Amino acid sequence: MQQTRTMELGTGLFALLGIAALFFLTTQTTGNKDFDADETFTVEARFDNVGSLKPRAPVSISGVTIGRVTNIVFDKESLEAVVTFVIDSQYDQIPDDSDASILTAGLLGSQYVGLQAGGSEFYLEDGSEILFTQSAVVLENIIGKFLIGGSGDDEETE
Amino acid sequence: MFRDIYVTFYQFLSTFGAMCLFFLRLLQHTPGVLVKRFGLVSYQIYNAGALSIVIIMVSGLFVGGVLGLQAYSNLERFNAEDTTGIFAGFALIKEIGPVITALLFAGRAGTALASEIGLMKATDQLSAMEMMAINPLSYVAVPRFLGGVISMPLLTAVFTTVGLLGAHLVAVELLGVDVGAYWQQLQSALDMEDVREGIIKSVVFGVVASLLAVWEGYNSIPTAEGVGRATTRTVVITAIAVLVFDFMITAWIL
Repeated sequence: MQQTRTMELGTGLFALLGIAALFFLTTQTTGNKDFDADETFTVEARFDNVGSLKPRAPVSISGVTIGRVTNIVFDKESLEAVVTFVIDSQYDQIPDDSDASILTAGLLGSQYVGLQAGGSEFYLEDGSEILFTQSAVVLENIIGKFLIGGSGDDEETE
Repeated sequence: MFRDIYVTFYQFLSTFGAMCLFFLRLLQHTPGVLVKRFGLVSYQIYNAGALSIVIIMVSGLFVGGVLGLQAYSNLERFNAEDTTGIFAGFALIKEIGPVITALLFAGRAGTALASEIGLMKATDQLSAMEMMAINPLSYVAVPRFLGGVISMPLLTAVFTTVGLLGAHLVAVELLGVDVGAYWQQLQSALDMEDVREGIIKSVVFGVVASLLAVWEGYNSIPTAEGVGRATTRTVVITAIAVLVFDFMITAWIL
């Protein structure tokens, strides 16, 4: 009897520990929890160049993550990249003349979409498009310009 | 000479085939054992899992600690010591956790299983069961196999978690990496996919390690020497099989 008790206690402790560890691994070590909204609305933006932006990249305003990129396609009519992203429905008062730019987190970090609030009285809603956009800064282009000397603008005026 | 190669190859093939058939027979008896003899399985979970928890936790702590130490001292040269968490997390969750747990499991539980079954065979206990119309496969082999298969993912999760805490202990408490940077970098770099890869590996290794241990014991030569040899072979073959499977699963998932 005593031995069965020890065994049951040991097994229970082991199973509890194992399940707690599995829970820890799945919830505490993964980054899925930074954006997790039930209701979202979809917004579109067109960029000349998206750099290395990837689907699932965060969308943030004032540094706060409010959404996630869902899709990136190339529009062959307008020859632009169309980035679709979802924004948490609780942020439904973002002015519709806000501008979107593709920024890099840190010097070598991953890229994300940063929104800069505008001053319009109308707000972004499902299906609306952000008109003011700024492309990703491609490091190679800057280095290229630096090596040639002067900025790209000077070359164009020559 | 060709004859020798032929014989060796022939023996290898027939052993391998017998092992596959043995595996299928284990699987065939699994549902019945799970329903009717769950007490036996839970005792084997205690035997293989709960009794291995101490060695798993201590090893996990030190493996995590040494990872933290190595990662820090190398990343520090690039002023990137904040990414110690990423290094330790990726290494532990995807590779080191499942593999070292499987190797420790083979050493701690696999040998015990093989020698126990081997000794049962040497002392004619298995034959005695057959005389009493009890199938030793479903009474002895299947519960031990299932106990190992169920224990392994839990042991791996414990090992990995303790390892992460060990790396935290060394990197944050001892060497002064920022605690926020350690965990935040780790969380933003790791995906659910990575954790899933580790869990898939641990389940596969659990099947491989338990199957090999039970198989070696069940097919040992029923003498003192034979049982000893079966125990050794369990560790050697499990180690090789786990490392080969690790490579194949990684190649398949990447």
